Amino acid sequence: MPNLTIDGKQVEVPAGTTIIQAADKLGIDIPRYCYHPALPVSGNCRICMVEVEKQPKLQIACYTPVADGMVVKTSSPKVLEVRKTVLEFLLVNHPVDCPVCDQAGECKLQDYYMEHGQYDSRLGDVKVKKEKKAFSIGPTVMLDQERCILCTRCVRFADTITKTSEFGVFNRGDHSQLDVYPGKQLDNSYSGNVVDICPVGALTDTDFRFKCRVWYLSQTKSVCPGCSMGCNITVEWDKMRPHQHKKARVMRLKPRHNPEVNDYWICDKGRYNYKFIDENRIQHPQLKDDIISWDQAIDTVSTAFKSLKDSNRTNRIGVIASAQLTNEDLFVIRKFFKETLKGAQVDFRVPEKPGDSDNLLIKADKNPNTAGAVQILQADAEVAGIAQKAKSGEIDVLYVFGHDLVKLFGKETVEQIAKKVKLFVYQGSNVNDTCSYAHLNLPSSVYAEKEGTFTNCQQKVQRIWPAFLPMAESKGDWEIISLLSAKLGAPLPYQHSQEIFKDIAASMASFSEMTYEKISDQGMILKA
Amino acid sequence: MEKIVTRRFGQENSHHLANYLKDNGYAAARKAITQMTPAAVIDEVKKSNLRGLGGAGFPTGTKWSFIPQANPKPKYLVINGDEGEPGTFKDKYIFELDPHALLEGIIITCYAIGSHKAYIYIRGEYIKSLQRVQEAVDEAYKSGYLGKGIMGTAFDIDVVVHPGAGAYICGEETALLESLEGKKGFPRLKPPFPAVVGLFGCPTVINNVETIACVPPIINKGAEWFAKLGSEKNGGNRLFCVSGHVVKPGVYELPNGTTLREIIYDHAGGIPNGRKLKAVIPGGISAPILTPDQLDVKMDFDSLKAIGSMAGSGGIIVMDDTTDMVWAAMIAARFFAHESCGQCSPCREGSGWVYRNVKRLYHGQARQHDLNNLPGIVNNIGGNTICAFGDAVSMSVGSYVSKFRGEFEAKIKVGYAESNH
Repeated sequence: MPNLTIDGKQVEVPAGTTIIQAADKLGIDIPRYCYHPALPVSGNCRICMVEVEKQPKLQIACYTPVADGMVVKTSSPKVLEVRKTVLEFLLVNHPVDCPVCDQAGECKLQDYYMEHGQYDSRLGDVKVKKEKKAFSIGPTVMLDQERCILCTRCVRFADTITKTSEFGVFNRGDHSQLDVYPGKQLDNSYSGNVVDICPVGALTDTDFRFKCRVWYLSQTKSVCPGCSMGCNITVEWDKMRPHQHKKARVMRLKPRHNPEVNDYWICDKGRYNYKFIDENRIQHPQLKDDIISWDQAIDTVSTAFKSLKDSNRTNRIGVIASAQLTNEDLFVIRKFFKETLKGAQVDFRVPEKPGDSDNLLIKADKNPNTAGAVQILQADAEVAGIAQKAKSGEIDVLYVFGHDLVKLFGKETVEQIAKKVKLFVYQGSNVNDTCSYAHLNLPSSVYAEKEGTFTNCQQKVQRIWPAFLPMAESKGDWEIISLLSAKLGAPLPYQHSQEIFKDIAASMASFSEMTYEKISDQGMILKA
Repeated sequence: MEKIVTRRFGQENSHHLANYLKDNGYAAARKAITQMTPAAVIDEVKKSNLRGLGGAGFPTGTKWSFIPQANPKPKYLVINGDEGEPGTFKDKYIFELDPHALLEGIIITCYAIGSHKAYIYIRGEYIKSLQRVQEAVDEAYKSGYLGKGIMGTAFDIDVVVHPGAGAYICGEETALLESLEGKKGFPRLKPPFPAVVGLFGCPTVINNVETIACVPPIINKGAEWFAKLGSEKNGGNRLFCVSGHVVKPGVYELPNGTTLREIIYDHAGGIPNGRKLKAVIPGGISAPILTPDQLDVKMDFDSLKAIGSMAGSGGIIVMDDTTDMVWAAMIAARFFAHESCGQCSPCREGSGWVYRNVKRLYHGQARQHDLNNLPGIVNNIGGNTICAFGDAVSMSVGSYVSKFRGEFEAKIKVGYAESNH
């Protein structure tokens, strides 16, 4: 393997590695516009030029392969001068409309100018005017041609990742402009990613545009709950400006790099699946039409459970858990319903139609934790059977986690269930049609308010982190069950989800030796 | 003086196969295929000191020897007849007046490099060239000089004529390959060079028309004869295209190493109307401009390089003392801004910037700082781009400013005075 020196640091990398990859490995940041690790090299922006000893001309780091004994300088005076130069060229026809540009704050032109530019402007000329400014090129993305630096990342993304080839660079010289092909729209399942990879303000997100300046945003690592792929994401939120966007906290979701799961990408469905976090939430525990306190709510449920437990009729408890819940939630549900209330009928496998899927990231199973639910819940009943029994009066307490039974079984069935069972509990984060039939609604928190883990379709256990506190009176799912368990005289020793996970790791072989620290932000595969 | 490439240009219907055959046509191809090994052909061409006459001057035989024969992929020969360099019009005459000489050169070259398919890429505006070459190809197919088992040998060869679509950059060899493949003419990142990964990903030799037209005479008369015609490391003659302020503009076939003065005054008849020479571009618009004190330079690749210019494509553009050098610089800059492919940022943004700057200077709308900035801007393009186009912008426009700075300064003063009225 070639051994080379970059800025005095030695590194050994496989043959065929480029200088920029070797530098990345060393943590040396070489500026880049057109280079993206997941896309073919184009070599057009020229800002990554570095000095290679014994070579008369500067070389582009993104394309030049390393060689044994190579000595590279990434910040010699010659290199710094060329960076300045390239930046100046890129700004010749750039409108520099940062004050009204949504990219401001996360723009590579701004960033590199602060780092390497800072020259007095020589750009007194009239700029080349391009055709499209703030132009919609599809349902989710806006194009501004004059901000475009023609790095062609988006072109290469559409050519090689989605293979849909919507983009092209038209015309030539300084009249070159990025556009979608005539008659085409940028409308594939992964369109939003071009906004992420666009280093400047040329491609912006129609959904996010002008909602929030990016420097107001806080970032929390998470995992997309939209399907069983479990794409790694960052929840980007803002609580400083509650007067805007109806107090919404989450402003956007961004993909988070995980080479083993989603690489740099997420699908559009996942990207825009965040409004439910702040909208249409169940705010308070509610018994029929009355808002009640948590104490009253816990009392109501525990009284019903206690009488069934005391009379050995726990088999008249039906529980429809969910693969939307975390492993920790499910572990506590199992402990409570299958140990404390042993005999209760528990399952999570609702009869859902498989959703759309593709070969890239989108999976037909729209739950983030089916693998975890299978492992942890060890369900022995069946949802269809539970519903049937509830309908025929063989169940007294039906406890549903998050599912919309109306959608699954139809209005009439749910109406009948509500009439037949003595207590119909709906524990969930958002209002749906089932809520109006449930006797008791318990507000639970959404994934962005939770700490815990999901197990994806690759059997990879991945962590989610709470971005902010649960909305209004909502509580975490396992926390609600803990309250019930305590009320029934079986207090659980958990203050924090990490303690639950320790118990999962201690009691289940496939999780053995896993800890939150080890899982970290890249996940860990379950043991076979 | 012995003519090589142009020796048949004076004949009537020199482009017809029958006439070519009367002049011993296709004998060299027959000799190469039946009496020589491919390696021997390459060796002969190496010894002849034939160099790439498209402008780069790379030794032709050496280029051919780079083709990896162990590579199982097909090998291609591509003839670069894009001839887009302003001031250059030599390949056009070969296409029109002696297309069979080119075809014979193609046969020999293909045999030498183990190729069975050649593409002739012809500038799209050259309608007559396209017609003549296609006619010649058809004739050659009909008479068994192209196709399967040519001239009764076991050698197969196909030739395809392909018209360009008008972009100057498609004369850059890798942009030409992209164009041939049906893509936008963007130069490729190098390495790999075309000899290894060329047309359709296969090993490819790309040669200029004139270069290949020199090959049959070399095979017929021997490398030594050819090498002796030129200067030390630059064998044979060269077609010089003389245009601008001369009495007899045209294409002149002269030995490599003839001085610029000789070409302009002895062959092209000097400057008309008794005026004085002010500047000469020696090798197409990309070559740095020369001043009258440099006229004794020998016109070959190495001598021109030594004085900071280049032999390029052999396009000599002569300017007399009535020429406004700022205007000339503006024309050159406008050409580059118009033809930059726009792929990489220094050239895309820089060429337009340079043009606007020079244009302002020419129109008297510039200030001193515009002129002061110009050499720096121009310099920042060269050496930092994907292909040599950026270097051309740098060297060409830069040379006007450095050699005629006084005229640029004068424009600022005039403009300033006028604007103060």
